[in-house]
Amino acid sequence: MKKLINDADAVVAESLVGFEAAMGGLIRVDHENKIVYRLDSPRLGKVGLVSGGGSGHEPLHSGFVGLGMLDAACVGEIFTSPVPGQVAAATAAVDGGAGVLHIVKNYTGDIMNFEMAAELAADSGSRVESVVVDDDVSVQDSLYTAGRRGVGLTVLLEKLVGAAAEAGADLDAVLALARRITASGRSMGLALTSCTTPAVGKPTFELGEDEMEVGIGIHGEPGRERRPLASAAEVAPLLCEPILADLDYRGSEVIAFVNGMGGTPLIELFVMYAETARFLEAAGVRIVRNLVGNYITSLDMAGCSITLLKADDELIRLWDAPVVTPGLRWGA
Amino acid sequence: MPLNRAGAAAWLAAWAQKAEANVDYLTDLDRQIGDADHGANLKRGLAAVTALDPDGFAGPADYLKKTGLTLVSTVGGASGLLYGTFFLRVAAAWPSQEGDAAGLGAAFKAGLDDIQKRGKAVLGDKTMVDALVPAFAAYDAATAAGQGIGPALAQAAAACAAGRDATVPLIARKGRASYLGERSAGHLDPGAASATYLVEAAASTLP
Repeated sequence: MKKLINDADAVVAESLVGFEAAMGGLIRVDHENKIVYRLDSPRLGKVGLVSGGGSGHEPLHSGFVGLGMLDAACVGEIFTSPVPGQVAAATAAVDGGAGVLHIVKNYTGDIMNFEMAAELAADSGSRVESVVVDDDVSVQDSLYTAGRRGVGLTVLLEKLVGAAAEAGADLDAVLALARRITASGRSMGLALTSCTTPAVGKPTFELGEDEMEVGIGIHGEPGRERRPLASAAEVAPLLCEPILADLDYRGSEVIAFVNGMGGTPLIELFVMYAETARFLEAAGVRIVRNLVGNYITSLDMAGCSITLLKADDELIRLWDAPVVTPGLRWGA
Repeated sequence: MPLNRAGAAAWLAAWAQKAEANVDYLTDLDRQIGDADHGANLKRGLAAVTALDPDGFAGPADYLKKTGLTLVSTVGGASGLLYGTFFLRVAAAWPSQEGDAAGLGAAFKAGLDDIQKRGKAVLGDKTMVDALVPAFAAYDAATAAGQGIGPALAQAAAACAAGRDATVPLIARKGRASYLGERSAGHLDPGAASATYLVEAAASTLP
């Protein structure tokens, strides 16, 4: 393992020290509880947005705290959900009287810890609603399983819902918007390598030089299927076709998001974006906005995911609204 | 050990010792069908639990309740919340009479019920429930037949290990392994492994 760290057990805490030092103009950090707050939270009368999850996905979620996105991000250990007391503390701290929305990715641990946190927050008088993001089409959905993972759509949702809350939408409206987004966004990912968590020191799974893992999530876990390595032109349909098969985007306008898993350079992500745009155009899907880069990562994993979200005038307006966070900034 | 603070502390110390000794094994199980953090997370939480001073609590129920809260707040993920929930309920139902084998079984059962309520896993989902359900059923069957805490816990530990081993061929329906679908078959569930350490630790300390 080659990593720029001091102590595998202290990576999260030491990274938060650096994050605050670098981004202090936008956020502040409660180091004891490992919570990143928007500098000017709580905002009176604004719906508070709290998300969080395991570390190792940066810039998600801490990098999306600030104007036009989240009010607080609860930072867990690497790939491990935050704990109820942590989320409850963040909820209480950002509640400006208009209630709080929890944005939760669909993983068993995250669901249970946010659920208990919402119970604790309700006991202390906050109105809390939750939206669960479960956009990964590589996982078969069923009533009897944990369901689909929350992946790339989380980034788009945090941006769009953040803009609505910033513009003064109330909790019911923000929740309805969040649910509309989860219903109309889908993702699929692929890995060229696994990732190495600092605590383990070796790759989570082995992948040959001539192989790729299709249908991966964001925790270095193995995917659904292993295939021979293919070109970007072959990979784009491999990721887009299952998305289009799951939800009919033909004839729709979309926000298209090509996300890097952390170990793939931008030059490759733009090759993937070109192939994705070409494929979608031929399929009758019109890209009206896009995002390309490493935004929801899996440590040093190489690979990418594609997310499509149906766009309408309201979502485009919210997408274009100002955002000032460590990870996304435009329009302000 | 009796069912007092010292007995409870011996149980937790034995569980921590087993988990610590097998931290790499637990992580490796999780690496195969999960995200490779179960060993490290449990080790961190149990270090916090064994740092508690049992003499600082009024009785075993208070001490076990603090154990549950500590697990919830230090382990993270699903396992921390589930083990924490277990101890919070076990604490509330902990028998006040020494040697109360049926009462201890009722406390275990209450804890297991809350694990299932929170995690929504049933038998066969390839989770810790697959080890704990047969374990506490074996315990109850032994006490119903008039056996004491020692033999009942010995049978619980054996049933727990058998339930753990029976997770190998299962296709996971809950937890992170469920995303693998059929590829989760052929691997032992890490949560069932750490749950078996919990019951084996009880069998070696509580009688």
